[in-house]
Order: sequence, then C-alpha cells, then structure tokens
Amino acid sequence: MPLIDVRNVTKIFGARPERALARLKAGAGKEAILAESGNTVGLYDVSLSIERGEIFVVMGLSGSGKSTLIRHLNRLIDPTEGEIVIDGNDILKLSIRELEAFRRQKTGMVFQRFGLFPHRTVLQNVAYGLEVRGEPRAKRHARAAEWVATVGLSGYEDQYPAQLSGGMQQRVGLARALCTDPEILLMDEAFSALDPLIRGQMQDQLIDLQSRLRKTIVFITHDLDEALRLGDRIAILKDGSLSQIGTPAEILLSPADDYVRAFVKDVNRARVLTVETVMKPPPLRLTDETLEQALAEMQRQGAEIGYVVNARGYRGVVTRDSVNAAIASRAGPTVDEIAVGAPSIAPGASLAEALPATLSSTYPLAVISRDGSLEGTLSAAQVGEILTPSKDLEAA
Amino acid sequence: MFIDIGKPIADTTNAFIEWLIVNHGDVFESIANALLTVLILIERVLRGAPPWSVILVAGLIAYAASRKPVLSVGVMVLAWLLGSLGLWEQAMQTIAIMLVSVGIAVIIGIPLGVVTARSDTARMLLNPVLDLMQTIPSFVYLIPAAMLFGLGKVPAILATVIYATPPLIRLTDLGIRQVDHAVVEASRAFGATRWQMLRGVQIPLALPSIMQGINQTMMMALAMVVIASMIGARGIGETVLLGLQRNDPGKGLVGGIGIVILAIIFDRISQAFGRRLQAYRAVEG
Repeated sequence: MPLIDVRNVTKIFGARPERALARLKAGAGKEAILAESGNTVGLYDVSLSIERGEIFVVMGLSGSGKSTLIRHLNRLIDPTEGEIVIDGNDILKLSIRELEAFRRQKTGMVFQRFGLFPHRTVLQNVAYGLEVRGEPRAKRHARAAEWVATVGLSGYEDQYPAQLSGGMQQRVGLARALCTDPEILLMDEAFSALDPLIRGQMQDQLIDLQSRLRKTIVFITHDLDEALRLGDRIAILKDGSLSQIGTPAEILLSPADDYVRAFVKDVNRARVLTVETVMKPPPLRLTDETLEQALAEMQRQGAEIGYVVNARGYRGVVTRDSVNAAIASRAGPTVDEIAVGAPSIAPGASLAEALPATLSSTYPLAVISRDGSLEGTLSAAQVGEILTPSKDLEAA
Repeated sequence: MFIDIGKPIADTTNAFIEWLIVNHGDVFESIANALLTVLILIERVLRGAPPWSVILVAGLIAYAASRKPVLSVGVMVLAWLLGSLGLWEQAMQTIAIMLVSVGIAVIIGIPLGVVTARSDTARMLLNPVLDLMQTIPSFVYLIPAAMLFGLGKVPAILATVIYATPPLIRLTDLGIRQVDHAVVEASRAFGATRWQMLRGVQIPLALPSIMQGINQTMMMALAMVVIASMIGARGIGETVLLGLQRNDPGKGLVGGIGIVILAIIFDRISQAFGRRLQAYRAVEG
C-alpha cells in the first residue's frame, strides 16, 4: 500500500468554488472560468501514489500547481474535491487538533524562501518542531544540536538566520524539518533559491542523508536536471494536471506528450540514463562448454559472439572464428581457456561513464551485475542512438 | 424635509445614563475605587520617594532599555529639570495617571489588535469605533463619565484610555498582518497551534510595531493631561490650566515645557526599548 495516496484532487481558488467546479467538469477551460467568475484552477483531477522510502519529485513550471499540490499533503491548503490518504488515514477528515498532531508527528517541511524564524537562533529554529511538540528544553536543544552538526553547521548554533548565507540558511531549514524525525519530508523548491554550485552540494547532501534515513521525500522543483538527479519517480505537472508519472528513464525515453518532450529535449542524457535502461537483453552466455558444444550453440542461435561467464566470474568473449581456429589447432578443451578478456560495465553506471569503454571495445560491452551474472550488452552504436535525439524530438 | 432624530438620541442617552446611575451606580463606584487604589499606590510611591531616587531609577530604566549611557544621563538631566521648573509634584501625579492609563490601554489594545489582525470582519466592525474614539470631543463622554465615576482622576483615566488606545490597536493589527507569511506558514506546517503561533512567532515579530503603538499611546496620553485637569485630575495639566484661567501665560508656558519634557523622556525610553527588542535585525544587511 502506498504511504501517500492522492485521489482525484481538484483545487479551485476564489469565492464560491463549487460553481466553478461544476463548470470545470462540464468542460470549461481554465481561462474561461477565470474570466467568468474570477476563480483560479490550481489543480485538476490529480491522482498519484507515493511509496514509502522513495524520493518522489513533482516537476512543473511556475503556475503549474506544484506548490499547491505539496501543500495539500499537510493540509496547508484544503482541496475543493478529492481524497488524500496518508498511511491509511484520510487526512481531510482530521479535526484541527488532530491535524496539528499529524503535522507535528508525521511531516517536516522545507521551504523555497527558507521560512526561518528571524528572531530565533539557528539552534532555536532547528528545535522549533520539538518545542511545538512540548519536549523539554534540554532534550530538544540536544537533539537540535545533533542535527545542526549533521548538516555541517556546528559553531553557528547561536547565530541568527540573517547572519548566514542562503545555502547555510537552507541547511538550517533542512535540519529543522528533520529534527522531529518525520516520516514524510516535504520539500517545496527547497534548493531553487540557491546558486548552482550550492544547489549541487545540497543535492549531494540530501542524497547522502536519504541513503541513511530512508524517509519518504516529496520534492518540488522546476528544474528537470534536479528532478532527474534526485527522483526515484517523477510526476510532471502542467496547468494543474498531471502529464506523466514515471522513473527518470521512462520520462526521458518515452515522454507522454509534447509538453514533456519539450522538457526533456535539452537534458544531458548521458549523465542521467544508466546502462541498464539502454542495454540489449543478455546474448549468448557460455560457461564451461567444450569448444564443440560452444560452436554448436553459436550456430543454433545464430550468434557471432559468446560471452563467457562461469563460477570464476566474467571471463571474456569468444567469436565463432576464434572457436573454429581453436578447434583446428586443438588449443584446449573449454571456451574458458580461449576467451579473450574484454571490459565489462556495471548496470548502474551512467552512460557517460560507460561511453569510453564501449568506444574502445571491439565487441559490445558485457553488462555484469555485482553478483557476477550477465545482464545484457551495450554497444557504442546503442549509446549513440540514445544520446542523439531522434528526428521527432528535434521537431518538438 | 428633515426628520428629528437628534432629540430622541439625546433623550434616550440621558435616560440611559440616568438609569445606569440609579440602578448600577455601585458597579461604577467599585470600578472607580479599584482604579483609584492602583493609582493612589503608584502616586504615593512616586511622590513619597526622594526626588533623587526617582531621577536615579529613571536613569537606570533608560539604561536598561537602551544600553546607552548618554541617553541615561540625558533622561536624568531632563527629570532634574522638571523639578527645577517647580513641577515635581505635578509631574509625579501626571506620570501616575499616565502609567495607569497606558496599562489599561495595553490590556485592552493588544488583544483587540490580535483579534482584528485575525478577522477582517472584526476589523471592519471595530474600525469606525476607533475613528469615533479618536475624533469625538472628549467632553462628550467626560460629562457622563464624571456623573458615573465622580469628578477627578477616574474620568481622566477613562478619557485618556478612550483617546490613546486606538493607535495601539491599529499598530498591533498592522504589525501582526505584516509578519512574513512564509514564516507563519512554516510554523503552521510544524503543527503549531494558533496560540503557539501567536506567542512564538506573530507577537515577537510584530513587537516593533506594537512598541511603536505603546509609544504612540504614551504620547497621546500626555496630550490628554490638560483636558484631564479640567475635570479635576491634578498634575502638570493643572498648572497649564491655572495659567490660562489666571491670565498668566508664563505659568502656562512653564507647564507646557514640563509636558514636553515628560513626553521626551517617555518617548526616548520606549523607542530605545523597541529597538533593542529587534536586536536580531541589527545583524541584517
């Protein structure tokens, strides 16, 4: 069961949203509704499920409703229609008191403009969530100090936010959100206000923290590179409606519509895509066959090349010619002994990492997983095909 | 072409006041007595203490509020000038009335400011009342007040509170509304209750504006001392009033200078205190 389940959520801003909702359902466009009644459609019929422990990125341009969407998850904004179920509870049914308790226990939030309390020191800011929970001062300050150290701000505990740089302020924001140990971390364009270098560092820090904490993170961004870098899955939002939900590779390789296609056009695919998303299915795999058996197998499958993987791991490549030559010269009993060592690559490597090896290798590169099994092959031609946008992409 | 509504309003009001006096006179008397008790206590302390000790305490308060020795010395010199003008006793009486009035204004004004900041309806309803309080001539309510509370200090306090509370309500309202929405949202996202939000975020961040309101209230309270003296409240206002009544402009001027000195003392101390409350802002930029 997903941790967060958003079902058919629609949000209409402005007075008397019911009327605008009826018009919207009757097929009226956003502009028409705005002109008629002054209501703004923030979200329209958005459904998505977020699994425990994943980084779920919601991406869209400004005005796409992504900040509205994330505010529904802790009910800073209430939907006009729809359901939001978190951990089996319909949070729209919570009373004010229950909602406050839910926010205190389950969620932490990081804001684009940081939202730090200017009159509180770094330590007091980080401790705020625990203070709201009513934890005793000594305990909350001890915990806050740990988190200040975790984000690398030791020594700044007694400074005020205005004394820190933007990057440091957002580290305080991150520490503040994590200090209550929430299950769900909501990050609303958390790194967008930072300059690119600092943004990269913060992304690294988040990936590093996530590898240890395994939180469920909902991350909002307008930056596709950031989305592809952080997201386990990505939802693309346009004008309040979802265009596509998928893994980074799915978004890149099979964009659902022209909007997504235009988005992914300029992405550096070599950095984002991994070998496993591009590789061909496993070809002929040989283990300890005799040369004659290997030749028969190659002829049967019509394969020119065989990849030799046995108990000792990846041994290399044999070709039909090399097997024939070996049989003629009575070289040895098994393919293992005539295999030519060839480079291999891990399935999780990026194409940028794999490219040099594919270019220098005579044969398609073997993709070998950590446990030694042959997952597939990767040739320079395949990489080239993926990295060069096809004609219809150019047109879009 | 006109219908006469002036007379019914006047008659109804008179009947109402009379009814209040006859049926609830004791309630007003007990309110008056409670106020008087506090007022007399403050006055007794101020007038009973040797002037040098009052001057010293004023200097210490100024230092505590500003951490600036210059301001502290300046305040002590000004306080000494009050005595040298021959206005010491009157000044102490005026300060006592002012402190009680400002205290009541704070007790009423800050919560009302919070309410109007939260609810546009409350603000819409209260705004004309505040306009009325600030513009209606004091004597309109001073005469019935004198009938209800008796002549002297209590109606003077009432008049001062009515005149001096609106700016505090307005500036509290403004201060809270101007608190950065992102910061308020952050506190909401962490599950703060309305009270936690108010106490921990909104009031502290609105404090500069609220302190400005208290400062305004003090200044307006001082502006009321002459009027207050006309219904029998003693103090510096009485000196001015006597100067007017006896065709003694010199005495009037001396009293006027005394009021200005008091105003400067209270203004500088409260301003300095307001600035210190936002010390965290000093590191900005």
